[in-house]
Amino acid sequence: MTAAPRSVRVTGEAPGLFAPVDLTLPPLSVTCLLGASGVGKSTLLRLLAGLPTGVAFRGRVERLPAALMGQDAGLLPWLTVAQNVGLGARLRGEPEAPARTARLIEAVGLEGSAGRLPAQLSGGQRQRVALARTLAEDRPLVLLDEPFSALDVRLRLLIGDMAVRLLTGRTVLIVTHDPAEAARLGDRIVVMTPEGLSEQPPPRGPIPRRHDAPDVLATQARLTGRLIA
Amino acid sequence: MLAVLALWQAAVWLTGLPTYLLPGPRPVMQALIASRTAIAQAAAYTAGETLIGLALGATLGIALALAMATWRPVGRALAPALIVSQAIPIFALAPILTLWLGFGLAPKIAMVVLIVFVPVTQALYDGLMAPPAAQMDVALTMGPSRCAMLRHLRLPAALPRLASGVRLGAIYAPVGAVIGEWIGGARGLGALMLQANGRMKTDLMFAALIVVVALSLALYATVDRMLARFLVRRGFC
Ligand SMILES: Nc1ncnc2c1ncn2[C@@H]1O[C@H](COP(=O)(O)OP(=O)(O)OP(=O)(O)O)[C@@H](O)[C@H]1O
Ligand SMILES: [Mg+2]
Repeated sequence: MTAAPRSVRVTGEAPGLFAPVDLTLPPLSVTCLLGASGVGKSTLLRLLAGLPTGVAFRGRVERLPAALMGQDAGLLPWLTVAQNVGLGARLRGEPEAPARTARLIEAVGLEGSAGRLPAQLSGGQRQRVALARTLAEDRPLVLLDEPFSALDVRLRLLIGDMAVRLLTGRTVLIVTHDPAEAARLGDRIVVMTPEGLSEQPPPRGPIPRRHDAPDVLATQARLTGRLIA
Repeated sequence: MLAVLALWQAAVWLTGLPTYLLPGPRPVMQALIASRTAIAQAAAYTAGETLIGLALGATLGIALALAMATWRPVGRALAPALIVSQAIPIFALAPILTLWLGFGLAPKIAMVVLIVFVPVTQALYDGLMAPPAAQMDVALTMGPSRCAMLRHLRLPAALPRLASGVRLGAIYAPVGAVIGEWIGGARGLGALMLQANGRMKTDLMFAALIVVVALSLALYATVDRMLARFLVRRGFC
């Protein structure tokens, strides 16, 4: 596993969209980013991924090689689940790693679907394939844009916990609309508004935290309050 | 089908035109049966030209589109030229092709190729240049070579567009073959129509025309079904 030697940081502004921001992702930890729809969360994530954003951003980005899971699952419809999970190796001309691929497919609860095509999956299943594909990439920085938004409550808990465990030792940014998820999974919780970024102190304890721990529930309530204010 | 036949017969009765100007369904049917050997031979010849031309044209179109997508300056230079070339009446090129390539099979095939490759190139190039955004984003972060990107993402993603281009090509191809036969040469349905026309055998001309239409429809249906099956196998629906 590659260690993240330095922090990842984006500083700057997008006039008309968001005021100056300074988002630093502490190495080897999970940062959860929340905020109203359209405020620019995906834009920040794309900046960190080194992708074009379509908005006028003025500022600096310090990046690491990143694995990305976009808001749209972006599976290749002509590849099977297993082939989609192994897309990175395929694109780089590396040998396949069938055992590892199978393990990741099992980890996201899709054992038995390895040979299916994306069109034969539900939205939540597709999202899980996309997550497995992201986990398959061995990158120091992992960027997840609403990775669990299409999952039912139970899977959201199980797969969220599993993802955070599998991503130990990497720098992770998770964009989410779910305060409960942020309270469970974030080493650090950041709320984005057009005025900029602000921190929300995370609950005590290592991640993933229990969904019903009093501290987690309190943080969840405070976050919800801020997001609806 | 029946409605067309009825309309046709009605037109013959209402206009009262003589058979050598507008033959009814019956004389045309009789001509079709009487000249079935000649028509079948001509049809086979035309079908051969069409199929060879379609295959060559599609191959050429695919190769050109790939080249244009691989070398951007080539693409940028050729893309407008491709559109402008659609304004050239292909019909006007037929005599020149005959002049260059003689009266045999070659100018007819060249005609079909010319008519087929433009829509194929256009469709595939458009597809290659507009890859699906979410898939591109993910793939770009994976550090692929440009070649791998083309091979594993942009080309497969463009296959539905390519299929549309080939479908269009299949519609135009028989027209190209028949035009080629009109201009030069003694074989094929186009030549047969021209000869029949010259000898006032309008019924035979209509018979040949009907076979041209049937041939076109059959070719389109076959190509369409093959492409649809191919796309389904590749995960598109
Ligand atoms: N390619 C683009 N061209 C122009 N404007 C864009 C483009 N992409 C995003 N925007 C604009 O930038 C703003 C922020 O978009 P972004 O996707 O970052 O929002 P978000 O916070 O991720 O929202 P959501 O929670 O709905 O995903 C939006 O108002 C959007 O209209
Ligand atoms: Mg977003």
